[in-house]
Amino acid sequence: MPLNKEQIAKRIAQELQDGYYVNLGIGIPTLVANYIPQGVNVVLQSENGLLGMGPFPFEGEEDADLINAGKQTITTLPGSVFFDSAMSFGMIRAGKVDLTVLGAMEVSESGDIANWKIPNKMVKGMGGAMDLVAAAKNIIVAMQHTNPKGESKLLPKCSLPLTGVGCVKKIVSDLGVFDVTADGFVCIEHAPGVTIDEIKAKTAGKLTIAPNVKEMAV
Amino acid sequence: MNKVVANAEEAVRDIQDGAVLMLGGFGLCGIPENCIAALVKKGTKNLTCISNNAGVDDFGIGLLLQTKQVKKMISSYVGENAEFERQLLSGELEVELIPQGTLATRCMAAGYGMPAVYLLAGYGTEVAEGKEVREFNGKNYLMEMAFDSDYAIVKAWKGDKMGNLIFKDTARNFNPLMAMAGKITIAEVEELVEPGELDPMYIHTPGIYVHRIFQGKDYEKRIEQRTVRKK
Repeated sequence: MPLNKEQIAKRIAQELQDGYYVNLGIGIPTLVANYIPQGVNVVLQSENGLLGMGPFPFEGEEDADLINAGKQTITTLPGSVFFDSAMSFGMIRAGKVDLTVLGAMEVSESGDIANWKIPNKMVKGMGGAMDLVAAAKNIIVAMQHTNPKGESKLLPKCSLPLTGVGCVKKIVSDLGVFDVTADGFVCIEHAPGVTIDEIKAKTAGKLTIAPNVKEMAV
Repeated sequence: MNKVVANAEEAVRDIQDGAVLMLGGFGLCGIPENCIAALVKKGTKNLTCISNNAGVDDFGIGLLLQTKQVKKMISSYVGENAEFERQLLSGELEVELIPQGTLATRCMAAGYGMPAVYLLAGYGTEVAEGKEVREFNGKNYLMEMAFDSDYAIVKAWKGDKMGNLIFKDTARNFNPLMAMAGKITIAEVEELVEPGELDPMYIHTPGIYVHRIFQGKDYEKRIEQRTVRKK
C-alpha cells in the first residue's frame, strides 16, 4: 500500500536530528511537526519571522499578529524569537537552517525542483521556496510519486518552470525513499506492500535500486 | 520634532497617480489597514505596489485591486486572491513575482543605502532572466537591485511622536525593512505615545526613517487561517 500523507510525514520526521533548526513548508511538510521523535529537540523556523514555532493556539487564544508562513495562527515556545523578513532569509541564506522540507510538483534526476508555477494556469508565486532551496544545506522533498493523471513526478528533466537547480538531496514519496545522487535517483526504501517493479514503472527519471533496499518503517 | 499627522487621509494626501508604494505585512498580518482604506477613498490610480502578498479578495491590498487602482504588483506569493489571479490572467494587471528573501533583501538594501546585492535565490530559473550573474567561491549569484519606491507604508504596534517604532510578534515581517526603504515613510500605529515612553533598547525602527506617523483606528486584524486545538 502506498503511504498516506501522515506516513510520509512520519518517515521524514525520522530524518530529524537533535539540535536541528528546521523549516517546514506548507502541506505534508507541516505534518512532520506532529511526529518529531522523543528525545529529539528541534527548533522550527517560520520564514515570516519566527524561530521556535509552537503548536496551534487553544480555541479563543488565537492572535492575528502571531502566524506562520502558511498564515495559520500559532503559538510561541520558551526560547522563541521574532525577527524581520530580511533576517529570516539571512539565516536561511547563511546556511544556519539545517534542514528544509518542502513539497514539489516535479523533481529531476539531477535534483532540480519545480513547485511554484504552471504556465497560464497557476500563478501563485514562489514565496520563500526559491530562497530556501538555493541555500539550505539539506533539502528533503515530500510528495506523491505521481500526479493526479498517474504520471511520474520523478523525471529526467523538469517540464515546469524551475524553483531551484541541483538542490534536492532526498525524496520521500508515497512509494519509497530516494536519494538524489550524481547517478540519478537511488531507491533506498520502499513502502510496505509496494514492489520494486511498481516503483520502477512509476519513476520516469534514471533510477537505481540500492543493493540493501529495505522496507520503510512507518 | 513632531511627525504626527491627524489620520490616514492626511498621511496619504500627496500620493499621486502612478506612485510606487511599499506596503508592509505578511498575508493580512501587520498590514497598514488605515492607509489602504484611505487610498481606496482617495482613488489614487496606476499604483505600483511592492508587498509580499496581495491581500485577499475583500481585504488588504485586495481592496485596491477591486477598485482597479493597481497597475503593477511586485510580490512573492499571491495565491489567496481570486480577483488578483483573474486580472493577471486577463492581462489587466502587471505582476512581477520574486523570491521572498530577495524581496526582503531588496528592501533592506534600499534602507542601508546599497544599490544592489548578490543573491543565490532564483539562479537557473526564470527569475534570473536578464540579470547579471557573478560567481563567488564557485557559486553563481544574481545581482538584485535595491528597490526605488516613493512611499513606504507600514503598520507598527507602538510608535512615538518622533517616529520610533516597535512591531508586535510576526506582524514585524517586512514592516521595519520597508520603513527604512521609502523616500517618504508613513507609519500607522496601534498606540501612539510621547517620546521617552518607549525603551530605546527595544525600538525596532529608529525614527530617522519615518516621516509621518499617526494613531490608527478600528483595526480589524483579520485572520486568514484560523487554526486552533482543543483544550
